[in-house]
Parts: sequence; C-alpha cells; structure tokens
Amino acid sequence: MTASALLPVFALMTSLTAAVIIFTLPEQKHQLRTAVNLTAAVMKLLLVGLMIWGVFQGNEYGISFPMVPGVEFILRADALAMLFAGLSAALWLLTTVYAVGYLEGSPNRSRFFGFFSLCVASTMGIALAGNLFTFFLFYEMLTLSTYPLVVHRGTPQALRAGRTYIIYTLTGGAALLFGIALLHNFSGDLPFRPGGHFEDMAPDLQIPLTIVFVILIAGLGVKAAIVPLHGWLPVAMVAPAPVSALLHAVAVVKAGAFGIVRVVFEIYGLEAASALGLLSGLAAIAAFTIVYGSVRALNQTDLKRRLAFSTVSQVSYIILGLCLAGPVGVAGGLVHLVHQGVMKITLFFCAGNYAETLGIHRIDELDGAGRRMPATSVAFTLAAFGMIGTPPLAGFITKWTMGTGALAAGMDWVIAVLVVSSLLNAAYFLPVLNRIWFREKKDAWPEERQWGRFETSAWLLWPSLITAALLILAGLLASASFSPLGWVELIVAREVDL
Amino acid sequence: MTPSLLYAFAGAALCGIGLFGFILISHLLRKLLAFNLMGSGAFLVLVGLAQHRSGPDPVPQALVLTGIVVAIAATALAVVLIRRYYHLSGKTSLEGPAQDTPPDQARGARHE
Amino acid sequence: MTLWLMAGLLFTPLAWAVLTLLAGFRRGRTITWLGIVIQVLVSLALWAVVAGEGGFQYPLGGWQAPLGIELRVDGLAVTFVMLTALVAAASGLHAGFYLDPDKQWHRYFWPLFWFLWAGLNVVWLGNDLFNLYVGLELISLSAVGLVALGGQSEALRAALRYLMAALLGSLAYLLGVALFYGEFGSLSLSGIAFALSQDSAQDGAGFALVLMLFGLALKTALFPMHRWLPPAHGIARSPVSALLSALVVKGSFYIAARLWLELGAPLGSLALAQLLGLLGGMAVFWGGWQALRQPKLKQVVAYSSVAQIGYLFLLFPLTWNTTEVAALQAQQAMTLQVISHALAKAAMFLSAGNLIMSVGSNQVNALAGVSHFLPFSLFSFGLAGVSLMGLPPTGGFAAKWMFLQASLATSQWWWLVVLLGGGLLSAAYVFRVYRASFVEDSNIDHFFHPARRLEIIPMILALLSLGLGLMAEPVLSVMALAFANGEGT
Repeated sequence: MTASALLPVFALMTSLTAAVIIFTLPEQKHQLRTAVNLTAAVMKLLLVGLMIWGVFQGNEYGISFPMVPGVEFILRADALAMLFAGLSAALWLLTTVYAVGYLEGSPNRSRFFGFFSLCVASTMGIALAGNLFTFFLFYEMLTLSTYPLVVHRGTPQALRAGRTYIIYTLTGGAALLFGIALLHNFSGDLPFRPGGHFEDMAPDLQIPLTIVFVILIAGLGVKAAIVPLHGWLPVAMVAPAPVSALLHAVAVVKAGAFGIVRVVFEIYGLEAASALGLLSGLAAIAAFTIVYGSVRALNQTDLKRRLAFSTVSQVSYIILGLCLAGPVGVAGGLVHLVHQGVMKITLFFCAGNYAETLGIHRIDELDGAGRRMPATSVAFTLAAFGMIGTPPLAGFITKWTMGTGALAAGMDWVIAVLVVSSLLNAAYFLPVLNRIWFREKKDAWPEERQWGRFETSAWLLWPSLITAALLILAGLLASASFSPLGWVELIVAREVDL
Repeated sequence: MTPSLLYAFAGAALCGIGLFGFILISHLLRKLLAFNLMGSGAFLVLVGLAQHRSGPDPVPQALVLTGIVVAIAATALAVVLIRRYYHLSGKTSLEGPAQDTPPDQARGARHE
Repeated sequence: MTLWLMAGLLFTPLAWAVLTLLAGFRRGRTITWLGIVIQVLVSLALWAVVAGEGGFQYPLGGWQAPLGIELRVDGLAVTFVMLTALVAAASGLHAGFYLDPDKQWHRYFWPLFWFLWAGLNVVWLGNDLFNLYVGLELISLSAVGLVALGGQSEALRAALRYLMAALLGSLAYLLGVALFYGEFGSLSLSGIAFALSQDSAQDGAGFALVLMLFGLALKTALFPMHRWLPPAHGIARSPVSALLSALVVKGSFYIAARLWLELGAPLGSLALAQLLGLLGGMAVFWGGWQALRQPKLKQVVAYSSVAQIGYLFLLFPLTWNTTEVAALQAQQAMTLQVISHALAKAAMFLSAGNLIMSVGSNQVNALAGVSHFLPFSLFSFGLAGVSLMGLPPTGGFAAKWMFLQASLATSQWWWLVVLLGGGLLSAAYVFRVYRASFVEDSNIDHFFHPARRLEIIPMILALLSLGLGLMAEPVLSVMALAFANGEGT
C-alpha cells in the first residue's frame, strides 16, 4: 500500500482523531482544545490540497476492502470528490475559528467541538466515498453527529428542533437504505463510475430502475431540503450560528445534493437518467423548490429563518443544473455547490455576528447596524448581492453558466425560473440591506456587548471577511483553472461523457 | 398396544394434567408440583416410547436419571426462591400488584 | 492439544464454580479473574485451531455417543464460544468492581456466573439433543439465580416468573426430545437428519419439532411469550442483565436455529416458517413501542432486547425452501445479529448501570443534563445505541443489510417493513435517552463519576460492536467453516 493510497484515509483520520482527542480532553482545557482543532483543520486542508494537486495531475487515490459479504468499503479521490472535499476542508477551518470565538465562555464546549469534528469527518467521508454503500455509511454518521450540535443549547426549543431534524433525516436515511438495497439486489455492488452503469440497460430493468431512482432521490432529498422534504431546515435554525453555517453551507444540505449528483452522474449516468425521463421530473421539482423557497423567505421576520428558506431555494440550483444534462448546465449546477457554500456561510457568520454582538435576531432590529458594524455589514452585503446574482460575484457566475446551459439544452423555461428567482432574491435581501445601511437606529440594541478591539471579536470577524473575499475571488477569477468554475469544467471534461 | 406404549400414553396424560395445573394454579408451590408432574410425564414418554420401538434400551434410562437430577435441582432452586419471596412479600403467588419492599430490605437496592 | 482445550473449556467453568462457592466475595473475585484469563486464552486457542484447520467432532473423554458426550466443534460454535468468553469476561470484570462486596449474598454471583458459562459452552458445542437440554437447564437455573441476587421481593418475583417460563420451555423441549428418540432411536441432530432423509413420512416428528421450537421460543422470549423478560432483565444487577441479554437468550435461540437448519427442510412447513418470522416482526414493533414508553432506563434496554430478538427469527422464513445463496445470507445475518446485539446490549446494560449509579436514579428523565459532565458511559451507551438502530458502520447495520439482501433475494419483501421500520423505532427509543441527556434546564449539581475501570469496559464492548460492521467479512469467514464442515457428519 503506497502512501498516496493512504491520503484519503489520512484526510478522514485528521478530523476523526481530533474528535477522539477532544472528547477525552477535560472541559477546562480550552486552549489545548483550540490548538488541536486548528492543527487538525490545517492538516486536513493541506492533505486535501495535496490530493487536489494530484488529481489535477491525473492521479487517482483510493483504498478499498470488503466489508460485508458482497459489498466493499471504498474511499476514492476523484475530481468530483475533491470539489466537495476542498469546500468542506476550507470552510471547516474558517468555521472552527468562528466557533471558537462564538462559544467563548459557554458551557459544553468539549462536547460541541468533538461532535463538530465528527461531523466534518463524515462530510469528508461522503466526499470520498467510492460507492453508494460507503456513501450511506458516512451519510448516517453525519446525521448522528449533527444531532448533538442542533440540540446543543438544550432548551426545549432546541430539543424540539432536534427531534424534527432526526425524524426527517433518519426516515430519509431509511428510504436511502431501501433504495440502495434494491439496487444492490438486481445489479450488485456498483462503484461510482463516470458515465454510470446503465448506459445500455435491459428493457425490463426500466421500471425497477425508475422506482429505485425515486426512492433514492426521496432519501437524499430530505437532506438536500427539496420541497416537500425541507421541513426540518427552518426549524433547525435554533442551533448556534456556526452550526447553522455548517448545516447550510457545507455539511448536511450539501451531502444530500452531492449524493444526488453522484446518483445521477455516476450510478445512472446522465444519458440513462434522461432516457428514463427521470431528469425532467427532477427538474420540475427543483424549479418548484427554487421558487417556493424564495417566496417563503419573503415573509420571514427572523433573519436566520429567512436565510434558511433561502438555502432551501439555493440548493436546488445544484439539482436543476444537473437536469440541464449538458456540459455547461451541469457545470453551472456543480459550481453552485461551492458558490452557495461560500455565500451562505458568509451570511450565517454575519447573522451570528449581529446576534452575538448586538443581540439582533429579527430583521426589523437591524436598522442602522451598518454604522455600528461596518465590516460585518459589508461582508453581508457582498454575500447578499452574490445570492441575487450581481456581477462579478460568485452567484452571478452560477446563474450565467446555468442560463447558457439552459439555452444550449433547449430548456428555455429554466431562464424564466432563474429570472423569477433572482427577482425574489432581490426582494428578500434588498429590504434587509436597506435597513442595515439606510435606516436610522431606532433605540438601543437588544443586547449589546463590547468584544475586543474591533466591532466584534476578531475570531468572529475574520472568518466572515475571508469568506466574503473568497466569494469575490470566485467571481473575478472564474476563468482561472483553480477557481471553482475551472475545477468544475475539469470534472465535466473528465466525468460527463456527452 | 404394548405395555410400553401404555406408559408413553400415561406419560402424555400426565403432561397434560401437569400443564393444566401449571397454567391455572396461581399458588407457587402447587405450580411447582404441577411442573414436577409434567416432568415425570415427559420421562415416562421418553422411556416408554423408546422401549416400544426397540425393546429394553439403556440410553433412555440413563437420560431419565440425568433428567431427574436436573429436575431436582430446578425444584430445589424454585423452593428456595418461593420461600424467600414469601418471607419478603408475604405472598404465595405472582398475581396482584407488585408490593413495596419491607423497609429492612430496601437498603439492598442502593444502585438501581 | 485439542484434548486440553476441550477439557479446559468445559472443565474450568465447572471447577471454578465449585471453587468460588467455597470462597467469599473478595476471594471469589480473585479466583474468578484468574479463571477468566484461562477461559479467554482457551477460547482464543480453540478459535485459532478451528480457524486454521476447520471444525471437528470431539468425543469427550473418549466415550462415544449416545452414552458419552460428543461435541461438535465448528466455526459457528467457536465464534459463539469466543463471543461468550468476551462478554462474560467483560461482565465478570465489571461485576467485580460494581457489586457491593459487603452484601454477603453477592458472593453467590461467582459460582452462578461460572455455571452459566459452563452451560453456554455446552450449548454451543453440544451435538446431541439431550446434552443440549442439560446445557439449557444449567443456563436457565443459574440465570434465575443471578436475577434473584437483586435481593428485594421485586427481584425474586421477576426471578420466579422467569423460572416458571424457563421450566415450561425446557419441558416442552424435553418432550420433543423424547418424541424424537422414540421415533428415530437417535439423539444426535445429524443422526435424525439422516434418518429423515431415508424416510420422509414422519408426522409425529413434525409435532416434536413444533414442540421444541415452542419451548425454545419461550426461553428466547419471542413475542408474545416475552412477558417474563423485561422484569427479569430490568431488575437484575447490571452485569447480570448484560449476561442475560447478551448471552442467555441466545443460547436457546441457537438451539432453535440449529434444529431448523438441520430438520427444518423435511419437517417444517411454509406456515410454520412464516409464523415464526411474523412473530419476530411483531416482536420488533411491540418491543420497540414498549421501549419507547418505559420510564425506567433499564426497562428501555430490556424491551429493546425483546425487539432485537425479533430480528433473529427472520432466519426461519428466509431459510425455508429458499436458494442456497439466500439461506447463507440469512444465516450470516443471524450470526452478525447475535454477535452485534450481544456486544451492544452488554455495553448498554453495563453503561446504563454506570449512569444510574452516577445520577442516583433509574429514571430516563433523571438523565437531564448528564451530557454536561461528559460521562464516558453516555458515549458507550450512545455507540451501542447506534448498533441497535442498525446504522452503519456497526455490526447491527451489517446484520440488517444481510437480512435485507436475503429478503429481497427470496422476494419476501414484507420483511423489509420490519427491518426498516424496526430500525426507525429503535432510533426513536435510543434518541429518547440521548435527548434526555441533553436537557439543560435541570440543576443537578452533584454527579458521581464512576471509576474509570467501570466505564472503560462498556466502552470496549461498544467499540467492538461498532467495529464488527467493518470486520464482518473476516468474522463470517470463520463462521462459514461451520456450514461447510458441519454437514452430514
């Protein structure tokens, strides 16, 4: 076994080991814990960086061994895996920094960071999984390790949210398992493979394959928050801000979306999936989710809830992109995996900054916040404009690419969906920005605290600014080969055989 | 109908009577007796049926001897438990609501 | 070499039972720990022998059957011998720290513990029906004694209830043995199977099989004959509960499975197979539902045993008249389920005991805020719970996966409802406990940290049950020796 075959294992082990160490550290050892956390995050980022470089050169990293009779445990680093792994490794580091500042002085930090690391380990596993079985393994591990984070505060509200979350996700997991078992029953263990396994399927497989597809998507759709399976997401908002950031931007919803990508690309294959007529159905659901999420976001008064419905809407861009079934459209969808992550994490970081520094939770409390916290507000504004799709920010790249793809695929109605959604995005973000920048502060902030030299703690501020910078760079440098878009085009060139 | 088969049928009948008692009687000691009756019935079936088929056979005799030892052990354990239960709760059957432990024994349950 | 191993395996527990009977609690503990080391080493050695050379038949003391005792040492048997050694060693060590040495009746834990171990080994290795009966009785009687160790009238009541059920079950089994012997003049399973293959029209034998399966199902606490189990397992001291749930119920189930696999094809019927599976499925739902409603922590775990036992009975419909591949899958699933449930449930009971000790109450709600103190035991409990829910990568998941595959391969899709629904239900009751531990509004200010050694043991068991899913393939490859070499001997 060569060292390069072990890279994916090491990438997984960094956060797993961090979790074990953190769990065994006593609660009071805050600095040691932070050190362990950051070291692991940096190491993981380096390892993933190494792998990305290797994959770019055309190397494949992987390891597999038999687990249960007939099924292998496969970890494999391919270009698609690296897209998700890179996103989660980068954002883990930033979120860790943020969480250290956010939770300063609160109880149960050992528990929090332990499960936090476990959660990232699962995300890494999801990215690197080489077949549906391994994917499912980490998918369920993610469910289990995020539950303690959602109920972290232990309030009745948090516990209720945790219950909703767990009911949704475990039921989704059961559906996914059912689908995987069915698929395994009639075609054996299927490793993920570019182009899928069903290019020339037997005609009698068509109906079972359609049924299995629906079950798989239903199972994955719970985490991807496809309407009507999105109910857990707005409720889970009671979690601490770094958790929301993680759930929305990196881990949970992306795990679902990423799973759908894997199923469509590498199990069924785009060709077979569209031949079965599955993609048009999926596209319709995704389009509906996009519009529905935006409409619901309009009338939310709680800032985080508005962001949550925005997530419901935005994640389905990824799925809609897939359904365009052309190289450009697919690239638009995939790149949104990264873009949405960076933009949404910025928004949640900023929302957390407002909440922790000024005690702001509702949108109408934001009046005049721009003057009190200019840096945070600038980051928030950038991310909001990104979501709306203003050039040259990351969101614009997504929408532009998807629009081009839609025209190429002859699905003109998708353009309409994009336009409507952008208008709705503007309709629910601009009033917020208006309050932040142009309204006068009415009365005292709900719960103000002085925190460090800057407008808020440096631990909270820097991650928000860095992600904001990233979302500008992703837009400006979109044509560079190491931008998200450049990488996605590499994936499309390698994986999608069209 | 050979005598051996008669034994076997008698054994089956004993089993039936024993089962009847085992299920219907609530007094623990009598339940235990019913169980012993069933046991004897089973032993009779074991010996009788085998002899009916292949004449005198040492194996079932040996088995029944072992079986009797086992039955005695079980009966002894049951008697000890019934006696202790009676001392602690003053009851002779398992029916009725659970009773609280007399105070002098309650310290026995520190952990659970 | 094998001579010593076999003698060690059966003789040591019996000798140690007598030895510890003569000693007090503390000396008994020392003796027992010494014995545990020997037993574990012997079991390991036997396992290694079989894994290396395959299974064999062993006449004890050179006496041949039927009067002598013949043992069947195959892959499945040594796998369970090994499992027993593991769980019994863990429970024995834990009991040494956990039980209060100053209560004089606790000294009887040791002899009972050893008798139980002896009985279990007899059952795993026994080859003729009557020896299995003796082993079963040895198990039942010592298990009842262990339950009664709790001391209060409630414990005795549970013990008596358990004893009555166990006696009835044994008698039904014995009657079946008598009928078989009367019919075939043989007590060995393979002998009866051979006789049946010569001449298939044996009506009485079918009745005997049903009678024996009834008795064994009663002892395994299959729904609706499970009523004795929750009080007994719930009230016993935690190391005892661990032994009972992990091993004792598996003993009778193992015999039922062996009977079915050897005699099921000629004597069983579709209705019988489906009925047993159906009862198993109902057990899964009823046990899970009851577990969800229990206010006491250990009752939750005990009812969860009722549910988990239900899965085992899916073996019957999935091996009756099905293809060899599907039957093998079902057997593998059963083995994995036995092992993973044994490890997970032992971990769960031991850690539940620690948690109860820590918060000083046996109620689930008393766990409020416990996760605050980062008790190691809560993690062990949680990990074991993951296995019970059948989530990857645990052994419970591997078992569920194999059951799913076997059900799909035999087109018995209705078992999918049991497997998937049962998993969700068990998630519900396990998460109820997690949830209680996360509640923040309680003001418990004192929390008693049990000794590290008490906490480490359940953790090891839980990790093993977690790792089983990743190691399923090698474990099953040893087990498979059973089905290759065990046929027709």
